[in-house]
Amino acid sequence: MDRPLLLSATGLERRLGDRLLWSRLDLALAGGDRLGLVAPSGAGKTLLLRALALLDPPQAGTFHLLGRSPAAWGLPRWRAMVLYLAQRPVAGGGTVAANLRAPWRFRERRGQGSWSHGRITGWLAALGRDASFLDYDAERLSGGELQLLALLRGLQFDPTVLLLDEPTASLDAATTAAVEALLTDWLAAGARACVLISHDGEQIERFATRTLELQR
Amino acid sequence: MTPSSAGALTISDGRLALSGLLILVNVGLSAALRLGLGRSLLVASIRMVVQLLLVGFVLEWLFQQDQSPLILLVGAAMAMIAGVSAVQRTRHRFAGIYLNSLLSVMASSALVTGLAVTGLIRPQPWYNPQYLIPLLGMVLGNTLNGISLGLDRFMDGLRIGRDQVETDLALGATRWEACQTVVREAIRVAMIPTINSMMVMGLVSLPGMMTGQILQGAAPAAAVRYQIVILFMIASATALGVFGVVGLAYARLTSADHQLRLDRLVRAGEAADGEAA
Repeated sequence: MDRPLLLSATGLERRLGDRLLWSRLDLALAGGDRLGLVAPSGAGKTLLLRALALLDPPQAGTFHLLGRSPAAWGLPRWRAMVLYLAQRPVAGGGTVAANLRAPWRFRERRGQGSWSHGRITGWLAALGRDASFLDYDAERLSGGELQLLALLRGLQFDPTVLLLDEPTASLDAATTAAVEALLTDWLAAGARACVLISHDGEQIERFATRTLELQR
Repeated sequence: MTPSSAGALTISDGRLALSGLLILVNVGLSAALRLGLGRSLLVASIRMVVQLLLVGFVLEWLFQQDQSPLILLVGAAMAMIAGVSAVQRTRHRFAGIYLNSLLSVMASSALVTGLAVTGLIRPQPWYNPQYLIPLLGMVLGNTLNGISLGLDRFMDGLRIGRDQVETDLALGATRWEACQTVVREAIRVAMIPTINSMMVMGLVSLPGMMTGQILQGAAPAAAVRYQIVILFMIASATALGVFGVVGLAYARLTSADHQLRLDRLVRAGEAADGEAA
């Protein structure tokens, strides 16, 4: 295999209270990987994605991205490259465009340019929306529109690993298919990988190149 | 200046007892509207009377002391009580919250009151309890309010804004970038009562200390000068104390790895101060 190893995590363990969710869990992602996480509710799928983004204090395990540890990258840089999209997306005040621009102001992103209007409207067109979506009040978006906003907000930074937590849960079938096609194109455009959580078994079958099963 | 020369009229025991009848207004209202406050009103009235009579005795004794360590010890005890009660009014706790509050209250009130007695009012000696203790008390009483408001608002802000904070973190924000609006809002809210009270000072309210001095026969113009100094002391001590306590809480509820540590937060009343880390 000549696909580059992007992210590796070994010996992960997670307890919730005195309940052991998983232990000795190893995970490796290479370029082009679309890993589907399969597990019953409450098995800790979301916690696993959060663990990969290092959003919770680690309990056990080591992580490497392109051969470097989180400490070597620095945590904000790590999260910029291993980008987690939460199940319940959040938008701040202002328009959709303002929300897409806001993260470019983080210290981590400074000097890396700014948002590309053309790129975003291209994606919007692929998702069946026109550019007026950018002027919507972000606090009045529907659940599905909020998911699109969150997806574009993450995608525009071209993370190395995209962690998707039920990204199409509030979308209709047509938009869901468009999102899947968009993600497939985006993943093919560089050394990138993604992990997907979905309650929709067919989506995992359609989209994932392989699956990881978490036992209860 | 001795209080006896130009002092206020003395209130006899009988008239003092008579003033207590005023509380019957509240009791009557509570009974008529079935507010269920009768018991609390009674307890609060009795506590107020007993506490103040006791404090009267303690202060009379304290004002005759001239040992600086003893006076400072009393001051420290007052600050300690203020620090603890500031936390007791918050709805959530984390391990170390009492220490944070104590540090903030003590540092801010010591600094501001210290500057006032050594530089602004300059009693002789600087630790003269007749000046130091009432000044410190006024500063502490107000700092306490600011600190408990700021703490409560900060913890609530993180809990309610948790998804927003973590969204920012997930997009590569540092912990400060993700939390700064919550920090700012908490400090702003905690400063509002102080600013409001300065705005209407003298127009709506005549502050208690000034009223006292005027009743004692002090010239209103002189009493006003004290009040101005006190208000600036209160404003700066509150600002410092709130800044300190919110800053310490921010350090505690986030980590150097830029994570939000709301797992360190517990509701007041549950497992109060268990060290969990």
